[in-house]
Amino acid sequence: MLVPMTPFDVPQPIPPAPNAAGPDLAALIACPRCDAVYRAVQPGPGERAVCACCKTVLIAPRRRAGQHLIAVAVAVVVLVVAATLAPFLAIEAAGRRNASSVLDAALAFAANGPVAILALAVAALIVFIPVLRALLVIYVLGPVVLDRPPAPHAAAAFRLSEDLRPWSMAEIFVIGCAVALVKIADLAQVHFGPAFWMFAALVVLVVVQDGFMCRYSVWKSLER
Amino acid sequence: MEIAGTLRTVREMGLVACTSCTRVWPAGTDRCGRCGHRLHTRAPMALQRVWAWWLVGVIAYVPANLYPMLSTRTLIASQEATIIGGAVDLARNGNWGIALVILTASVAIPLGKFLAIAMLALGVRHGSALSGSRRQQLYQVVEYIGRWSMIDVFVVAILASLVQLGAVASVSPGPASLFFALSVIFTMLSAQSFDSRLIWDAAREGRRA
Repeated sequence: MLVPMTPFDVPQPIPPAPNAAGPDLAALIACPRCDAVYRAVQPGPGERAVCACCKTVLIAPRRRAGQHLIAVAVAVVVLVVAATLAPFLAIEAAGRRNASSVLDAALAFAANGPVAILALAVAALIVFIPVLRALLVIYVLGPVVLDRPPAPHAAAAFRLSEDLRPWSMAEIFVIGCAVALVKIADLAQVHFGPAFWMFAALVVLVVVQDGFMCRYSVWKSLER
Repeated sequence: MEIAGTLRTVREMGLVACTSCTRVWPAGTDRCGRCGHRLHTRAPMALQRVWAWWLVGVIAYVPANLYPMLSTRTLIASQEATIIGGAVDLARNGNWGIALVILTASVAIPLGKFLAIAMLALGVRHGSALSGSRRQQLYQVVEYIGRWSMIDVFVVAILASLVQLGAVASVSPGPASLFFALSVIFTMLSAQSFDSRLIWDAAREGRRA
């Protein structure tokens, strides 16, 4: 379903103010992409406020986004942990069989001298960073959803979670699996383990999570 | 855009914006009071950092193509394949689709990213034929697509862990996988160092002049 878009209801171009350092600086919002500044107006749930200059989505609140995000984050943690330990894929050729877990895939580089650093990097990109991001989201949004004051260092935690966003690559790993499977399909018979389906579900969850995340609303809620 | 002419920027108003949480502060504020992010009117030395990461990214991409990505040992033969060699083999075996995916993800996208970042950075200094919003779109595409180049590294990881059938067949990663991963990471850092507000500064100055 498409998100209904409002034709930009935020921007009231701000008149030049000689003494702008007034109390209403908190009511302004700056586009991080192009530096345009607006007086923020909270759009309704499902609506979006878009920068008039560069079209960046500035505010996109969703109803009960906090609960949804926490539910998704818990699911991500469970799935990644379970998928890391369970067998992921198995192949069979000439009577020999080998099963591999996600952790095995990450550690495939470990035995290989200088390439061993890659083992660490791959494990971080597909297991640790996605889990860490999910845990940070739970930590930050938990108190907000329960109407409690924000947890200590919640702002730093949320900023870390956002900084890590491009480095969380579980979904790319899943597509990598598809490519790898085609590559070996001629060579051997491939069996899918339970972890494969868990990771496939994870891809969907990551997309859902990004759809619900409105950073502006989170920062607003942490201000209290 | 009619409205864009009347829009004001944070810098024009003598304020400074947090690029992390979009809060606005009086000029000279050191750290964002809401999220703790360091505040800069424009990221200092952004272009130098972009170029530095860009250069190491390009340098790492060279050995990534010269060394083998994978070495495969079977009962009868052992062979090593580079990125392009592997794709050519796949195409020869009739797997055109996958060969195309690999060539796109490992050759076209990395080269396109190098070009795009260079164009954006040069555009800030010397002006660009593209409009601000076109360049902004280009930047967003580069940022979004950059991570997907890691797919080839993951494919190598999966194959190397899965195809361990003793004497029948075994696959191990080659040195190119490390260089390729480094190239992707450096290019991502290069794109992240770019301050996209610079695109609009140049465009706005052009309009005023």
